[in-house]
Amino acid sequence: MNMRTEAAIPDYPPGGLGGGPESLTLRIGGMTCAHCPPAIEKAVRAVKGVQATSVNLATQTAKVDYDPAQAKVPEILRAIRSVGYAAGTATMRIPIKNMHCASCATRVELALKMTPGVVAARASMAPNAVDIEYQPERTDFQRLRTSIESSGYRVAEPKVKPTDETLDPAEAANEQDYRSLMRRFWLAAVISLPVMAFSYPDLIPGLREWMPMGSGTRRVVWALLGVLSLPVLLWSGSQFFVGMWDALKHRAANMHTLISIGITAAFLYSVVAVAWPGIFPDMALAEVFWDVTDVVVALVVLGLALEIKAKGRTSQAIKKLIGLQAKTARVVRDGKEIDLPVEEVLVSDTVIVRPGEKIPVDGKVSAGSSAVDESMITGESMPVEKQTGDEVIGGTLNKTGSFRFTATKVGKDTALASIIRMVKDAQGSKAPIQRVVDTVSGYFVPSVMIVAILAAVAWYDFGPEPRLIYATVILVTTLIIACPCALGLATPTSLTVGIGKGAENGILIRSGDALQAAEKLDAIILDKTGTITRGEPALTDVVVTPGHEETVVLRLTASLERGSEHPLASAIVKGAGARKIELVDAEGFAAVPGHGVSGRIDGHDVLFGNAKLMRDRGVPADVLLPQWERLANEGKTPMYVAVDGQAAGLIAVADTVKPDSRAAIEILKGLGIEVVMLTGDNERTGRAIAREVGIDRALAEVLPDDKAHEVQKLQLEGKSVGMVGDGVNDAPALAQADVGFAIGTGTDVAIEASDVTLIRGSLMGVVTAIEISRATMRNVRQNLVGAFGYNALGIPVATGVLYPFIGLLLSPLIAAAAMAFSSVTVVTNANRLRFFQPRRTGT
Amino acid sequence: MTPDRWIVTFAGMGLVAFIIWFFWLKRSKGIHAAETSGGYQEAMILVKGGYTPDTIVVRAGRPVRLNFRREETASCSDKVIFPDFQKSADLPTGETVAVELMPKQPGEFGFSCPMGMFRGRLVVE
Repeated sequence: MNMRTEAAIPDYPPGGLGGGPESLTLRIGGMTCAHCPPAIEKAVRAVKGVQATSVNLATQTAKVDYDPAQAKVPEILRAIRSVGYAAGTATMRIPIKNMHCASCATRVELALKMTPGVVAARASMAPNAVDIEYQPERTDFQRLRTSIESSGYRVAEPKVKPTDETLDPAEAANEQDYRSLMRRFWLAAVISLPVMAFSYPDLIPGLREWMPMGSGTRRVVWALLGVLSLPVLLWSGSQFFVGMWDALKHRAANMHTLISIGITAAFLYSVVAVAWPGIFPDMALAEVFWDVTDVVVALVVLGLALEIKAKGRTSQAIKKLIGLQAKTARVVRDGKEIDLPVEEVLVSDTVIVRPGEKIPVDGKVSAGSSAVDESMITGESMPVEKQTGDEVIGGTLNKTGSFRFTATKVGKDTALASIIRMVKDAQGSKAPIQRVVDTVSGYFVPSVMIVAILAAVAWYDFGPEPRLIYATVILVTTLIIACPCALGLATPTSLTVGIGKGAENGILIRSGDALQAAEKLDAIILDKTGTITRGEPALTDVVVTPGHEETVVLRLTASLERGSEHPLASAIVKGAGARKIELVDAEGFAAVPGHGVSGRIDGHDVLFGNAKLMRDRGVPADVLLPQWERLANEGKTPMYVAVDGQAAGLIAVADTVKPDSRAAIEILKGLGIEVVMLTGDNERTGRAIAREVGIDRALAEVLPDDKAHEVQKLQLEGKSVGMVGDGVNDAPALAQADVGFAIGTGTDVAIEASDVTLIRGSLMGVVTAIEISRATMRNVRQNLVGAFGYNALGIPVATGVLYPFIGLLLSPLIAAAAMAFSSVTVVTNANRLRFFQPRRTGT
Repeated sequence: MTPDRWIVTFAGMGLVAFIIWFFWLKRSKGIHAAETSGGYQEAMILVKGGYTPDTIVVRAGRPVRLNFRREETASCSDKVIFPDFQKSADLPTGETVAVELMPKQPGEFGFSCPMGMFRGRLVVE
């Protein structure tokens, strides 16, 4: 971004103006572990004049006491950076209006350097701006502006602009190219009309008599047409010559080479025909091809312009993602709320978000709650409830409430920035299918030139009269009809749209290889926990004995469990909360390790735990045994509840299946993919879940290390295997699989770990990913068949192979139209992918 | 055959021979990347109608930094792709963009624009 520059740190007078020791608090970025603070402290203490320093990992800050007479702030910052950490300064470029001389620049710099919080300032005349490195906690734009203005200079525009700048440089350049091409097209088109009319006077009654063959009038008119065509050749078609020349310097040939030779041949022939008609034995040979030059240039230039437009649409997905980035953030600094450009937000800043506002950076909610629409990142349309401690993703939209959050990731580290980077890389990668095209395209243009020459020679040597005209037309037509662009565009445009489409749906496809591999999957292995199931236990069943009420039993148990640390306890407390049951405090709470808990609630003795606990405390619980077995067979974890020494019921907890897992698995099977489940859990639980979601082949009690082995076994059966896991303990299996799908949720996107990352935690993402890959690869093939087929048919027809049989010879004008629109067709076909809609389940 | 046919035939064959030699047979030897104090093997590549230089020779096992500078607006060259390294970079006109690679094994690795019209080679020794 041009607003941010890495300012160098010049030497300048010590931070203070003399006096006693000073203290400085700096934000540090990049600290990840306990080893970091000592390393930074050691580096800072080495600076002469530093008296004490302490680095806090939790708050990501460093406090430095130093003697300003000896130590300089930039030196301290340099020391921190030298050991690999980012010292918390921000850079800002402020444009200045009336800075006209070198001494002006010096004055601006001096004024800024005297401003507290400024680390470095470098003013330069070239961009007429000053680059300032400063400590955001000590100063801000307004104060910097005041300093600059107090020295007599005017700030050109405020840095904080709430407006959305959507036009990126590439887009602006494309727009400019498009306009320039269209201007060239219009000139060529307008000139083409009279040129076409007067080039064929014999076909137009009035003209035939006025300029008969061989007459001086005809020669003069044709000469004028040549002069009229000159601007078309030299201005409208100039880029072809420039492109050819640039390529020739590299011993390469491209579309420009073909078009340039074609139009030049047509033009030169016409020049000779008009200037020296006598050299042709037959007057009929002295024909002009100005119309060919003009129309070919017009059509090809129009084709290029349309191609730019269509190509612009292929990268719409990435533009949308870039557009999600917030421009400003409301940050609390020194107890005050201030609006800052989003680039100046630092890790551990407190950010305030109001309803309807975009969340600027990644962070953790510290106060308040709200529903957040994360659909732009995850593809999940339902808003997500956020409370204290929950993570929020930058670029998502706050819907209902206000909240504050602590920034955890800023700048290029945010999830959105990583996604943008990854999608861009993937869009630029190649699918293996492209290799064929690569091999062909290296030989394509020179081959076409050879074919055109051979065909022209053959027509001259063996063709019918007028041979010279036929040979010229064949040469020009063959050169012009060949379209390397269509071939070159076939794969990349479809990949760009397909990968972008994935990103829109919360699916990050890492490369063209992954996209192509996902199309061919025969089998998919699903890790149970966290993939098919939610990965955290939830309350599923409450069974009571006669004489007891469900809500009462649950209330007593949940009240008792409120004191427990066990993970199953929170499932029960949450379950009671979901049923709107109010809980009370337990008296005499006691945990019996490995067995359960006990306590007194509302005057009742409550006991909650396994069968052994019941036996030990003499509670007869056999009556619940059949129910216990049924629940256990369903893969749940049932536990006994006893009230006042009597068995009151069972409460079962289980890791529940995600709502759309079953539907997703059914669709996968419908796509002809074998679905296998792997789990480290016991056989009974595994089987129960597999049954519930409709999986026939389930492998239980698989150790993490063996997961990769299971993938390999399926591969040995000759299958192309996809593995879906949560990306942490499944890493070896994900790597072994032909396509590894990592399920990441929220900001913990394991972007680097897999071939495909599903940002939303749903298995439907796998279905969508496979469908996108199939749709994209189908589109690629259509494009390749179209582009290869076009050239394979077009070139021979242009050389005139059909002439001996059916008398067909292509006009160069038709060849030019076909060439111009072949690449537009390819790009348009790729754009069809933008209308791909993923299947949705009812949930 | 008449003399003019002989002339056209020989001229045509001559042109074909020239095309084969000019585009396919003559290959540039390439330049050796300079080694910087930071341990990088660095080279500057001009993108204009092709890559200059189009062949860069480096040593295996050391990081490589190729600085691309595009000085044209043809849309084909707005990106450079290194398929063997799964890397690509946007090349805005007039900006220098660094692409960093780590070639581990010796061999020849191509790079090109997305359409394959501009081609270059990284020769790892």
